Amino acid sequence: MAAWVAKQRYLIDYTVASLLRRKGKNLGLLVVYTLLIFMLASVMLFSHAVRREAAQLLEGAPEVVVQRMVAGRHDLVPGDYLEKMGRIRGVQAQRGRLWGYYYDPVVFANYTFMVPVAEAPQAGHIAIGEGIARARRAGPGDVISFRSYSGRLFELTVDKVLPAESEIVSADLVLLSESDFRAFFGIAPNLYTDISLRVANPKEVRKVAQKIADELPDARPILREEILRTYESIFSWREGIVLVLLAGAILAFAILAWEKAAGLSAEEKREIGILKAIGWETSDVIKMKFWEGALISLAAFLLGYAAAYLHIFRFSAAFLEPVLKGWSVLYPHFDLAPSIDGLQVATLFFFTVFPYTVATIVPIWRAAITDPDAVMRA
Amino acid sequence: MIELTGIRKAFNQGRENEYWALNGIDIAIDAEKVTVLRGPSGSGKTTLLTIVGCLSRPTAGRVRLKDQDISGLPERFLTEIRRQTFGFVFQQFNLVRGLAAIDNVMLPAYPCGLPHGELRGRAEELLAMLRLGHRRDSRVEWLSGGEQQRVAIARALINRPQVVIADEPTANLDTALSREFLGILEMLREQGKTVLLTSHDPLVVEASVVDRVIGLRDGRIID
Repeated sequence: MAAWVAKQRYLIDYTVASLLRRKGKNLGLLVVYTLLIFMLASVMLFSHAVRREAAQLLEGAPEVVVQRMVAGRHDLVPGDYLEKMGRIRGVQAQRGRLWGYYYDPVVFANYTFMVPVAEAPQAGHIAIGEGIARARRAGPGDVISFRSYSGRLFELTVDKVLPAESEIVSADLVLLSESDFRAFFGIAPNLYTDISLRVANPKEVRKVAQKIADELPDARPILREEILRTYESIFSWREGIVLVLLAGAILAFAILAWEKAAGLSAEEKREIGILKAIGWETSDVIKMKFWEGALISLAAFLLGYAAAYLHIFRFSAAFLEPVLKGWSVLYPHFDLAPSIDGLQVATLFFFTVFPYTVATIVPIWRAAITDPDAVMRA
Repeated sequence: MIELTGIRKAFNQGRENEYWALNGIDIAIDAEKVTVLRGPSGSGKTTLLTIVGCLSRPTAGRVRLKDQDISGLPERFLTEIRRQTFGFVFQQFNLVRGLAAIDNVMLPAYPCGLPHGELRGRAEELLAMLRLGHRRDSRVEWLSGGEQQRVAIARALINRPQVVIADEPTANLDTALSREFLGILEMLREQGKTVLLTSHDPLVVEASVVDRVIGLRDGRIID
């Protein structure tokens, strides 16, 4: 056993020495390989984390949101719809929501104005998201003025800035009182932007939506699971776009790796011949060369993955932000919660480390099975 | 110690360029003696050396090592015998470039899995014996031809083989270095090693250290 362990140590020692002897070639390969893993892993980690984040956020969202359609457009919902919906069996609670968009010409950005369910600010006061706080350089106690669509100027005092951890949804958010909201947008007291419904039994959600559509033909019910699916496909689509862009890089790497791995230099062939002649078995030579390929690809995988992890979760995906986040004008500065999908790691590993290692084995095997007497004639 | 009977060796057998390098060799090589295979280029010296040293198998005939027939053994067993019984000094030395002298010396022992301290001690001892102790950490490509050959000899001795095989050992050496090599040969014989060389260098063939010279021509023994 001790001899076996010592033998493996010698093989690894020799492998490392062998890697260092061809520093230029191996370092170049390691850099390119690491860069590729970094890019692929960044896209995968980001998409996974952002999808997970979206799913977690929507967990707290109502099961059904009902909008009213007029001439194919989203319109305000009259208050008596609330009562009609309350009568539908399966609906546990219903609430009229007030929200809307506002374009701020000062910073050329769109904000979302909303009346919160609970803890709404007092009239004349607001709570704002981090994005707005940054754009308008405002903090608690400051007064921000907005010109409404009617031309009237509203001066509102900032009570607080919404916590950074919710920035993914709150970057562009302005929370205000119902009276301010109605006055600002000129919305009559008995009208709402839409209605949210709570349905206790998840199996009844579709049935409830169908009943609403039957009873109120101008209503459009939107289910939470549909929103979730839309998010999923948006992020999958974006991930796909980035991966297509990366395809060129992947192909270039494949060619480079194949060329480096599959072709043994005359020097390497000579070395294999010497090792065999002085008493190394074919399996020892293959093992040693296998370790050479495996060490490079494993090191590249670990370095690339670690760099991608830092890139996404420590440096807010600086390289991918413009493509993958693409939110609105105010980019949220959110830090994604670190999360790794085991299957994704395994997939990336299988499609990068595995083919490279296999590609190195074939030519070595071919060189290693040649008769050791060839070296006598070199 | 080594007995060869009816040895024939063909290259490219069955093809248009089929060539018989050895045509029926029958010899016995004595233990603890220095034997030289002499002959012109193409006479089959090196081919015979590779067969004796288990680097290749004969096309026909038998090789017996200490009364054991080894000609039909699979490669794994031949490798094991080669590692334990034979030490090789190649004409071009065949050292691994980029490695230090001591690492080159230790290479043949890696598959044996000896404890590192013991192996290193053995390698240092051999280098010291061959007056190369001061060059042990130098990369082999920085060494002179004579030093490289001594590293190759140390490497051949690391597994303490009973037989040392050297192919044209003085072909790349000047007269002074060739005489130095003959001195080493003397030392090996005193240590009880069996030495088998190929050479057509008169300095080697006529040296007093040589016990027996076997002449070869066209794949046959001529004297």
